[in-house]
Amino acid sequence: MASTRDIRRRIKSVKNTAQITKAMQMVAAAKMRKAQQAALVGRPYAQLLNVMMAEAASGAVGFSHELMQARPVKKRLVILVSSDRGLCGGLNGNLFREVAKLDKNTTVFITAGKKAAAFIARTKRNLAAEFSYKDTPEYGEARAISKSAQQMFLKGEVDAVDILFPRFINTLTQSPHTVPFLPIGKLAAVSAGIGAEKTELASHDTAEVYEFEPDEKQVLGELLPHSLNFQMHQILLETKASEQSARMVAMKNATDNAKQIIKDLTLEYNKLRQANITKELLEITTAQMALG
Amino acid sequence: MAATLKLEIVTPSAKIFSEDVEMVTLTGIDGEMGILPEHMPLMTQLASGEIHARKDGKSIFLAVGDGFVQVTRNQVSVLTDMAIKADDIDEAKAEEARQKAENRLTQKLNDEETATVQASLMHALTQLNVKRRHSR
Repeated sequence: MASTRDIRRRIKSVKNTAQITKAMQMVAAAKMRKAQQAALVGRPYAQLLNVMMAEAASGAVGFSHELMQARPVKKRLVILVSSDRGLCGGLNGNLFREVAKLDKNTTVFITAGKKAAAFIARTKRNLAAEFSYKDTPEYGEARAISKSAQQMFLKGEVDAVDILFPRFINTLTQSPHTVPFLPIGKLAAVSAGIGAEKTELASHDTAEVYEFEPDEKQVLGELLPHSLNFQMHQILLETKASEQSARMVAMKNATDNAKQIIKDLTLEYNKLRQANITKELLEITTAQMALG
Repeated sequence: MAATLKLEIVTPSAKIFSEDVEMVTLTGIDGEMGILPEHMPLMTQLASGEIHARKDGKSIFLAVGDGFVQVTRNQVSVLTDMAIKADDIDEAKAEEARQKAENRLTQKLNDEETATVQASLMHALTQLNVKRRHSR
């Protein structure tokens, strides 16, 4: 049977753990607000970008770009976006369960985030490239990822590119989500920040005929890669927001659990203490009776 | 009242400008162009430089980075990676950014870093140019 000292020691250790998880919860909450904010400010830009893509596409009839070329899919590239650190509940685990469903032989991966890279290496899947991104993802980091995917697609090394990332639904829910990246089938709308409805590109009936300067090939040729880069950036921002909110929830649960354990242990400790006192009293009285 | 057109300038981090103006002058990839209301629909690429808008007879200057421009009959939408009003440019800060970028360029960088540094150098230079032209 555990002595009172053992229980006291355990209570102390659980208390320390609770303190740490509580601190992590606070930090994650602050970072989450920042990450959500960062993902939201890109919204007007995304909207305007979508409008321009729609109008440009309807204005340039019969235009086709290499990035829009659909081929029979023999090899697929998946850009796997995960967090850098653990302690964020089932966020990465859920993501990797999706990965496990994919065919090992026909899928190559580009990873963003340390956890993703470690998982792909551990399960011996094909890794094409490995990227990292900071706590506040920068546009340059997104561009690097998006560019290397575009290059692989253009070279014909892969025939389709998808992005797998933890979509932010709300603070309590994030679910793994796959979005097609390449080829650009129909000009799909760039998702406009967190929680935005996936809007279809509104094609205008009164399609105005646009003049292009210098020509549509040039303008669209720049616009398409740009919108891909921007989409990648939005996804990185969204992943960050998901990570922070998942961590916040996980840490809150951990803190609550620790508090419960402390309560149980304290109860047990008091019971034991009482039992000990009773036992001692009994011993004293018995001793006295024997003497008297 | 003179006819107006709406000028909208949006960057990934904010909506910088959204006002009705009488005329917009901007630097396209093929040179400068002036846009008046009832301009024909146009799509073009924006080169980094200056956007000049006339409103109520007054001039507003903005420094902008690369991007895209869409013109419809009464609206000019500008998508760019950087935009800042001439009055808001901090010359010392821009100068510092320029020097930092130039120093970085002398170091060994990979392609991606070079692109980023060059972009920030462009931004700083554009801001300085615009500021200096209008501070006199």
